Amino acid sequence: MELTGAEIVVSCLRDEGVKHLFGYPGGAVLNIYDEIYKQTAFKHILVRHEQAAVHAADAYARATGEVGVAIVTSGPGATNAVTGIATAYMDSIPMVVISGQVPTPAIGQDAFQEVDMVGITRPCVKHNFLVRDVHDLAATMKKAFYIAATGRPGPVVVDIPKDVTQHRCHYDYPKSVSMRSYNPTSKGHSGQIKKAAQMLLEAKRPMIYTGGGVVLGNAAAQVIELVRMLGYPTTSTLMGLGGYPSPDPLFLGMLGMHGTIEANMAMQHCDVLLAVGARFDDRVIGNPKHFAKEARRIIHIDVDPSSISKRVRVDIPIVGDVAQVLDEVIKLLQADTTKPDAQSLKAWWAQIELWRAQDCLKYDRAAAVIKPQFVIEKLYEVTQGDAYVTSDVGQHQMWAAQYYQFDKPRRWINSGGLGTMGFGLPAAMGVQLAFPDAMVACVTGEGSIQMNIQELSTCKEWNLPLKVILLNNGYLGMVRQWQEFFYEERYAESYMNSLPDFVKLAEAYGHVGITVDKPEDVEPALRDAFGKYKDRLVFLNFLTDPRENVFPMIPAGKGLSEMILL
Amino acid sequence: MRHIISLLMENESGALSRVAGLFSARAYNIESLTVAPTEDATLSRMTIVTRGSADVIEQITKQLNKLIDVVKVQDLTDGSHIERELMLVKVRATGDQREEMKRLTDIFRGRILDVSDRTYTIELTGPVSKLDAFLVAVDASNILETVRTGASGIGRGDRIMKI
Repeated sequence: MELTGAEIVVSCLRDEGVKHLFGYPGGAVLNIYDEIYKQTAFKHILVRHEQAAVHAADAYARATGEVGVAIVTSGPGATNAVTGIATAYMDSIPMVVISGQVPTPAIGQDAFQEVDMVGITRPCVKHNFLVRDVHDLAATMKKAFYIAATGRPGPVVVDIPKDVTQHRCHYDYPKSVSMRSYNPTSKGHSGQIKKAAQMLLEAKRPMIYTGGGVVLGNAAAQVIELVRMLGYPTTSTLMGLGGYPSPDPLFLGMLGMHGTIEANMAMQHCDVLLAVGARFDDRVIGNPKHFAKEARRIIHIDVDPSSISKRVRVDIPIVGDVAQVLDEVIKLLQADTTKPDAQSLKAWWAQIELWRAQDCLKYDRAAAVIKPQFVIEKLYEVTQGDAYVTSDVGQHQMWAAQYYQFDKPRRWINSGGLGTMGFGLPAAMGVQLAFPDAMVACVTGEGSIQMNIQELSTCKEWNLPLKVILLNNGYLGMVRQWQEFFYEERYAESYMNSLPDFVKLAEAYGHVGITVDKPEDVEPALRDAFGKYKDRLVFLNFLTDPRENVFPMIPAGKGLSEMILL
Repeated sequence: MRHIISLLMENESGALSRVAGLFSARAYNIESLTVAPTEDATLSRMTIVTRGSADVIEQITKQLNKLIDVVKVQDLTDGSHIERELMLVKVRATGDQREEMKRLTDIFRGRILDVSDRTYTIELTGPVSKLDAFLVAVDASNILETVRTGASGIGRGDRIMKI
């Protein structure tokens, strides 16, 4: 039987097993929406702004490991989606975004709501397609899902002109894909893996550095096994948190610009470094020249060859699926009778404990004002570490990363690479839809939350009982912090004047709003949010210390051992 | 260091812009870029002349390989290879210069394709350095117009890039 292009799009999504589609209708996608209306295989979640649809699909993918799917119309719908697409691209999130396009004869005519979507998104997608012929539609959709999910994952855009959604052809969803130009490596080179195992055993001051690739590559179990087997110190990037349980003594905390002393110093002074699914980016190692001052040998496992030896030269590159490569490394280590040099390891740990004893995440727990760190610690206690925590971008994001002790992968959901303010609330929606019974908290600031606040309406429509944890300090806090440190306290446009009454705002959208301004009220408010108001969206407006800063901090361009401490 | 990168890619619309966009987005240098379909119409062959340190060239080849439409990438300068560029150049050819231009063209093994009473249009092929040398020899003041294709390259002997 012949189907229309619109029927084919919907059939592809159904056959791909999609359960949630995030989107916003418009002229160019009306045929597709008409088919969405008629089907029951998946739910469509109507957002209030296209950016939110893409963030929600992105977070859905981060939390579940499945491919997130969003749909937007042509022109402004498409451009509104771009920030979301770039966010997913920077963090390697598997996602398919369907965009409507003007009919093929109108392309290039500056038609109403026309934009060159393939051109605009080219630098921020893993791949994109413009489908000009309905006969290519099903195969293109299949390729889009395949490309998004395999190798180093990433977003794929499928741009579909309106006339293609009307044309008819036979529908047959391909069972598999074979592309001569795209064959991601999954199995690591066995010779390199042998050398890596050997080098790990020779280490006197070892360090294991894990990144988002551990989470995305489902390699947390392997990392835990390897670390515990060797007893080596371990750190994680912002993106990798939860890949190794944070409360574990072998874990030194997050590293990087706002990493712990022990993680940054051990990273700088180790003699053998194992990097797993991480990319030595500027927020992690700071200045690469400073990093290179200390001699160390580096093993780097990554699915993307272009991430290896990009900013830092490595000695043993291993391209492959991180879980598969680590399985091989573990097997070799189990078979090897050589053990790490216990004496050296003991001395190394003694040094690390001295760094750790500086307690760099200490803050004034007796303060009369609410310290933002305290709110995160209480959030951790009240949720018993079992919540999905999404965040926006800024100080609150760093505090959430530092003080919520993630012990499972896919629980910490934030925009690490692009640093997109406005990500947190739609991300929390995506997570809550994927896991309706889970505790979901969106840690945010008064700057970030206002960038996608309209989604409180979507939350109402779907009765999403997520909790907004607003650390309201009246400033664009991270901007203010940089201005204090590096611009002689000239606070240019970092003060948030005329904030709305967030309680009334939450109530206006049909939710529960609570303002908390005393430290002793923090825990009860959180308990109410997750207890009494378990089934409601609760917007918690915590009025926190406006002058609090994120420590430690490595100023941009400085090295790992050049931290500013409290 | 100057490198000549050859690549085979799917002959899809927009393929060229993916490569050109990659170079500009990552601040890589392009000296020239030529592209045309191969004997297999589904594939295009591209030759890119670029400059960069060993690290940069390594990243360029990795990033090119990462493009979904790219089937194969080879740094021709890694081994022995042949490089040719075609140039059309229109020169002033009046009085004594007419003979001189004809002689220079012969020395460089070029051909005069078109003649007017004031100009010659000369065709020249060869490595980029030979074309540069010709332009120096005729002197800039005599050059009215030049068109160059950019270099195309191929490996020597059994060095074959095919799928």
